[in-house]
Amino acid sequence: MTDESTEKRGKGTVFVKEALCKGCSYCIDFCPTGAICFSKEFNHKGYHFPILANAEKCNGCDLCGLYCPDFAIFGVRYKDLEEMRMKQSGQGLTQATS
Amino acid sequence: MTTMTTCGEYKDLDIQNPVFKVLRRERIPHIWCPGCGIGTSLNCFARALAGCGLNLDKVAVVSGIGCTGRVAGYLNLDSFHTTHGRAIPFATGLKLGNPELNVVVYSGDGDLFAIGGNHFFHAARRNMDLLVVCVNNYTYGMTGGQVAPTTPLGPTQTTMPYGNFEPSFNLPFVADACGATYVARWTIYHVRQLAKAMEEGLLKKGLRFIEVLCPCPTLYSRRNKLGDGVDQVKYYKEKSVIKHGADTKEAQLTFQGEIIVGKFVDRERPTWLESMNKHLCAALGDSYAPYGS
Repeated sequence: MTDESTEKRGKGTVFVKEALCKGCSYCIDFCPTGAICFSKEFNHKGYHFPILANAEKCNGCDLCGLYCPDFAIFGVRYKDLEEMRMKQSGQGLTQATS
Repeated sequence: MTTMTTCGEYKDLDIQNPVFKVLRRERIPHIWCPGCGIGTSLNCFARALAGCGLNLDKVAVVSGIGCTGRVAGYLNLDSFHTTHGRAIPFATGLKLGNPELNVVVYSGDGDLFAIGGNHFFHAARRNMDLLVVCVNNYTYGMTGGQVAPTTPLGPTQTTMPYGNFEPSFNLPFVADACGATYVARWTIYHVRQLAKAMEEGLLKKGLRFIEVLCPCPTLYSRRNKLGDGVDQVKYYKEKSVIKHGADTKEAQLTFQGEIIVGKFVDRERPTWLESMNKHLCAALGDSYAPYGS
């Protein structure tokens, strides 16, 4: 982890599955902290997918994950991610979900 | 596997959307239009399923026909996609054939209240042990935007080119009057409340009815120049008023008017099976073995 990323880090982050996104903008309009924006790129269907533009604002509340009609985005707190990483490294390379 | 974007440090982590645990991942992406709210309602339902603590092998989902009827196909539970309007009769049979199942009917307004209206009234009258989730998008989405029994007065539909003049159903009032034990209405703007209501509904007995208001951007919004799906959800945000325990008579929907949301009814009534067992035990005495309790 570089110093730069520590500076820009909020309490959480979002994961986006670009291929599923249909660009409805629910996650962008209803993000309570305004952390998500449309990307300039397109996905394979031709929609602009969301990206975490203001990473320092994201608190991983997962409201975007609850709003997303296409199951393309979800938020996680860093705390939970660290826990998940510990679990996964403990299990080796086994799949956590199948 | 498709690419997952996030900040670099967690790229190595194998992480999936938590709702994929209850969805059939091979069937995603789904067929719903961009901006359609049915996906959001399904998202809330998936979280309610994960949070309710029920054994998901004992939960069955039944859908009818229509856009919302596709829900059964996307859920990785025992699910059945029935003929048009017959979701409730099928679910009634399923529940009575195997009383330990928790049966959910997940369907649209056209399926449940137009062709299947009669079945809903009688299931509510009998207090059949079902959770009925009705996704109301004010129109017949899959067949091309015809006027539905839930279309409010005013908006243009393909079969009402000069605006709708038919009075519409007030679904919470219908459910309340027919005797449902739990009646709630939420929009897909109220995701947390909706997920909680679905969780409460899953754990209650009797006929539980949840109406979910959801935008239809392709047919309802576009024909009435109401913008995209997200503009409709912003309208829900602005115009909805939470009134728990409100009189369901006042919950009538109007075209782009105020929406009363909340939990309207939460009461106890004996379910059909309980009434049958009680009555037959009294009538037949020891020769009758209670069924399914």
